Amino acid sequence: MNRLPLKKNRDILHLTGFGLGLLLFPWLAQHVSVLSHYMDVMVFVGIYSIMTIGLCLLMGYAGQISLGHASFFGLGAYISGVITTKYGLNPWLCLLMGMAVSALVAVVIGAPSLKLRGHYLAMATLAFCIIVTIIFNENVEWTGGPDGLAFIPGISVMGYSVDSIAKFYYLVWSIVLVTLLLSLNVIGSRVGRAMRSIHGSELAASAMGVNISKYKIYVFVASAVMASIAGSLYAHYLNFLSPASFDLFVSIKLLIMIILGGMHSLWGAVVGAALITFLSYEWLHYFEEAEGMIYGLIILVIIIFLPGGLVSIPGKVRRLWARQ
Amino acid sequence: MEQISFASQLLQYTITGITVGSIYAMVAIGFNIIYNVTEAINFAQGEFVMLGGLIMVFLQVTLNIPLVLSFPLTIVVVTVVGILLDRLAIRPIREPSVLSMIIATIGAAFFIKGAAMFIWGKDPFDLPPFSGRNPIAFYGAVVQPQSLWVVGFLVAVVITLTLFFDRTILGKALRACAVNPNASSLVGMNVKYMILLSFAMSAAIGAVGGIVITPISLMEYDRGAMLAVKGFAACVLGGMGSFPGAIMGGLIIGLIESLGAGLISSGYKDAFALLVLLFVLFLKPSGLLGSVEISRIRKF
Repeated sequence: MNRLPLKKNRDILHLTGFGLGLLLFPWLAQHVSVLSHYMDVMVFVGIYSIMTIGLCLLMGYAGQISLGHASFFGLGAYISGVITTKYGLNPWLCLLMGMAVSALVAVVIGAPSLKLRGHYLAMATLAFCIIVTIIFNENVEWTGGPDGLAFIPGISVMGYSVDSIAKFYYLVWSIVLVTLLLSLNVIGSRVGRAMRSIHGSELAASAMGVNISKYKIYVFVASAVMASIAGSLYAHYLNFLSPASFDLFVSIKLLIMIILGGMHSLWGAVVGAALITFLSYEWLHYFEEAEGMIYGLIILVIIIFLPGGLVSIPGKVRRLWARQ
Repeated sequence: MEQISFASQLLQYTITGITVGSIYAMVAIGFNIIYNVTEAINFAQGEFVMLGGLIMVFLQVTLNIPLVLSFPLTIVVVTVVGILLDRLAIRPIREPSVLSMIIATIGAAFFIKGAAMFIWGKDPFDLPPFSGRNPIAFYGAVVQPQSLWVVGFLVAVVITLTLFFDRTILGKALRACAVNPNASSLVGMNVKYMILLSFAMSAAIGAVGGIVITPISLMEYDRGAMLAVKGFAACVLGGMGSFPGAIMGGLIIGLIESLGAGLISSGYKDAFALLVLLFVLFLKPSGLLGSVEISRIRKF
């Protein structure tokens, strides 16, 4: 694997710092009372981050939009939820099953629409998202329908039960870190360069011998699998599922996380996930009815005024500083 | 007896299919107009239809403005929304790419939907039909008079568009932009103006669709996304960018949906359009009337 040594070192530095910060947060939350109930939100931030990292690879590096990731999230969640509750299977086995099903579905939807130029995937996944929501609502005997599915068992790691918020925090964030590490590795590799070249110009990339549709399908499937993992974790953390957690609105929220953070940076994906999760769990519900409008506005404002997202701000400031 | 009733049942489904299919055709035409000029898919296309229906309800039912006035007024208002969409969301993008334009239309669609919920709430609204609710008996099936209006307006839209694209200099300029925007701007056409025009026209056609379908199927704030998906399925089925394809695709999707809902399962009525979309993408991505060259070589 060809590497870019400088970038690699910087990534490792960032990752180490990030990991230390994550280790420090529970200690801070214990001692600073204002932060104490943010542990719970942080678990959700972690769950959403797993999804946005995958989605960022798809959007920022392969230049494709998916509006169906809430459904892959839902597939993972419901497969884990339904099978562990009704048949008592091992949660980790269900997580793997969810991953397999999501990968299969992603191939079925992605392969035909990604073979074409243009943005057929966005509309195909939009349709997929609506259909999956209908399926979750209609199959009452399996999913509990609109009332939801309750009493989903928790998860345990090597016989050690993950039964508190703090334990789940460590579980979720270690998975986030692994996902980040793997994704950063992919970006720095040959595959990552191929993906970036697709985003730059599909024509030039294919002229250089990059098999465009193959890479796009790989990335789409990988991101769907990540969303499915997030879904399984979500099911075991919340112990309750309802179709509303996986509808089009959630897909749009994921899109906003990526755009807000900056779609060309994996760190942006995490930053965006954190901001929007805090916004929607803590602050935005004061606006209730106007929430949809606010999200629409955020997308427009960012895409018009700050197309690089929030992570592009430090670079911009540095450049302004250098000019003076 | 059983035979006859099944035949009339089939006829009834066909009539319903053609009615909703006409609306999908209008949405598909709207997609095509913008797509041809910008190569972007306008995700707010379904919202234009929703706005057309709800604004018409506001003008005709709430303000009691007679039909002949409220109809054109609604089209004007929705057209202004389309123009604003271009001016406020599409044109200001500093690094324009198809990706960022699509994201902007997704954002705008979400904003419009949120605003509609804010204004009209979550309940569906009804509109009085243009010429009464007395159904016309037709070989054992019934035809709502409004269905005839829907089909009639599709025909009117198609005739107007044909005349516009073939006979006016503006229409020809729009077609030139669709073929090659760079060359068009070299010979002095204002491509930005053409994009604005394409958004205005799509919005107007969407509004017509919304107004004529609301008396049959009611209208609520969150109908847009589903209409957009089905219109897009119609577009792909007919061949992206092809106008005759859009009409054919719309009618076929409408028929499949209504026959599927009637004969197979009504709960999964909305899944049929998606299945058609995926099948077409699998088997013949250029659609029924599009050429393979268009889908492969040009950025279609």
